[in-house]
Amino acid sequence: MAATWAEVRPTAPPGGRTRRTLLRGLPIVPSVVLLVVFLAGPILYCIYAAFTNMALTGQVGTQFIGFANFTRAFSDPAFINSVWLTVVFTLVSAIIGQNVVGMALALLMRSGYAVARALTSAFVIGAWVLPEVVAAYLWQAVLGPDGSWNTVTGLFHLPPQNWLFTTPIIAVSIANIWRGTAFSMLVYSAALSEVPRDLEEAALVDGAGRLRLLTSITIPLVRRTIATNLMLITLQTLSVFGLIYTMTKGGPSEKSMTLPLFAYNQAFVSADLGYGTAIALLLLVIGGIFSVIYLRILSKSEPVR
Amino acid sequence: MRRDVRRREFILTAAGLGAAVGLAACGKSGSSTAPAASASSSGEINGEVKVTFQQFGNSKIQANFLNGMAKKFTAAHPQATVKLQPITASENDYYTKLQLSMRSPRTAPDMCYEDTFLINSDISAGYLTALDDRISSWPDWSQFKDTAKTAAQALDGKTYGIPDGTDVRALWFNKKIFEKAGLPTDWQPKSWNDIITAAQTIKQKVPGVIPLNVYAGTGVGEAASMQGFEMLLYGIPTGTLFDKQSQKWVVDSKAFTDALTAYQQVWSQDLGPTPQQALAPTWANTVAQELLPQQKLAIDLDGSWLSSNWLPSGAAPWPEWHATLGNAYMPTQNGEGSGKVTMSGGWTWAIPKNAQNANAAWEFIKMLTSKEGELEYDIKNVQIPVRTDVAKDPSYLKANPTNEFFSNLVESTIYRPAYAEYAKISLLLQQATEKVITKTASPEAAAKFYADGVRQIVGQDKTTTI
Repeated sequence: MAATWAEVRPTAPPGGRTRRTLLRGLPIVPSVVLLVVFLAGPILYCIYAAFTNMALTGQVGTQFIGFANFTRAFSDPAFINSVWLTVVFTLVSAIIGQNVVGMALALLMRSGYAVARALTSAFVIGAWVLPEVVAAYLWQAVLGPDGSWNTVTGLFHLPPQNWLFTTPIIAVSIANIWRGTAFSMLVYSAALSEVPRDLEEAALVDGAGRLRLLTSITIPLVRRTIATNLMLITLQTLSVFGLIYTMTKGGPSEKSMTLPLFAYNQAFVSADLGYGTAIALLLLVIGGIFSVIYLRILSKSEPVR
Repeated sequence: MRRDVRRREFILTAAGLGAAVGLAACGKSGSSTAPAASASSSGEINGEVKVTFQQFGNSKIQANFLNGMAKKFTAAHPQATVKLQPITASENDYYTKLQLSMRSPRTAPDMCYEDTFLINSDISAGYLTALDDRISSWPDWSQFKDTAKTAAQALDGKTYGIPDGTDVRALWFNKKIFEKAGLPTDWQPKSWNDIITAAQTIKQKVPGVIPLNVYAGTGVGEAASMQGFEMLLYGIPTGTLFDKQSQKWVVDSKAFTDALTAYQQVWSQDLGPTPQQALAPTWANTVAQELLPQQKLAIDLDGSWLSSNWLPSGAAPWPEWHATLGNAYMPTQNGEGSGKVTMSGGWTWAIPKNAQNANAAWEFIKMLTSKEGELEYDIKNVQIPVRTDVAKDPSYLKANPTNEFFSNLVESTIYRPAYAEYAKISLLLQQATEKVITKTASPEAAAKFYADGVRQIVGQDKTTTI
């Protein structure tokens, strides 16, 4: 590398344009190298591994096996189960939970006192700032058989619930809503502050109720933000790993085994790296499908002028 | 203008050179860590020996033992150092981390602690190096029992690991709880039913105590397969995982469903721990270090090494353990055959193919598995010796009151079909038991789940039904 530069150095380019542009491109070479090595490299390797029978133990070398990992996935009841759990987890915790609660909080904060606003955002953002593992242990302590949830419901003589065991996917969804709502709230607060007050006042004068105001004026005005936010939180939630792993490890009996955990288990517990990466690739495809849907909604919601 | 270009070129060149130097430095430092200085052909032992083993929970027996041996080793070979690299992880995670580290020469240890059930899988993966050349010039090898020698032998007939002890499994029961329940303190069940009946009695008469623990689920890893499921399966006359005659894996057998039905019986009558307790990765440690010493568990189907936890050097010293706990062999389903069943496993020391200092590692292994080394380890960790000279040593027999009981069980012991696929099949066993105790599947459905999984792993043509 140094040698070629040495050649360039003695004389300035005699008007050679290509040489000049090449030279101008030089500063980005380190970042291109870094991107190729640390981003493109692993992705390409992952795609390659998904079409092989690469294993952590039990065999020497890896063979190319075509689409076998993918056909296996679609005939594997455990994989289908994982896809369903992932869809439920994403629907409940992101699309419904974080999105609706985030919007509700943003609306409430908008019409609240400054003190209440500051306090609420401090609490909600606090949950967001908390490391994933800490949040997971916290919720494990709350929802566990001897946890605070049962202590509180016990005061009202309600039967104790063992969330982490009976409905683990709901338990991890609750934790994810709690942790992720701050993001939606911040996004929506920013969007709502852009909504002109006079428009809303005009609607009120015209006799619109609170609900009508919300559905006909406020939400249509922030719909693009809603679509963008939905896309972001969906992609985030699809890849949630640490929270679920810490709370339930995907168990009991795979009842909270979403796709990231399933891929991890196949790759590192069953030692089947090829199959695991194939699952990871399928997760990528699912994320892609969601993004395309949102992008289409986004382009359709473009106001016609 | 011209000056400008010049200056820019100069800066770029400098930056480029800097980057190149940086990269070169990386490469250099990377390669320099590799061969720290391996033993020369003259047989001199020097350099660093990296030793990897599992360290989970409060037990420091092995770490303390290795530390002591490392001091002796460096005293004998002043040029060499020993670096202990314990992997702090539960059973299944330990194997994964070890395998990942052995894939590259930069991370591979010089010697590692391999469970006999996994060693064949890792041999097939080409992670380990054959020790035959080294063994042939090692007189001590003749002291090892034949069954132990085969434990780390691959299908190619070569030996890849040196065993440091073996173990068996049986029932442990709390005599004080038995007394309270009006059961005999010299209890010896003759069938599975006897165990269930005793557990039912305890449930009725001694509330607040877990009557019976049989390991299940993925949380405890191999313990669920071996201490749990296989102790049941191999207690059924036709029960086996692998048919030696046809060299095929057995699926869809009645014995398999029977063994799972036993799990269902225990959990549907609430005779065991709650599924949530049993599935915790720390459950095996909780049983040994908390529940048994605190008199909260009446019957435990567990390993012969259990008392290592309660020795003064153990994780939860409990001097009066022997007055409280009794042992009984595990009966076969209805008392068929010899009436008893037990399984053996054990661990070995192996040298990875990517080891950088294999010669020094071999010297350290020889020291660990010498008579003195194994005697100390087998006593402290309550292992059954694999060396005849250790087994005969009076200090071993005197060391632990249970040594005689367990040594006698060795005659009728069964070894796991530790072929390359076993590690994956064991995981299926854990998952099948987990499905049954969490009531997500009936024994029949769980057996079918297992059969499908085995077919996927070994192929349809390598399975059979009995």
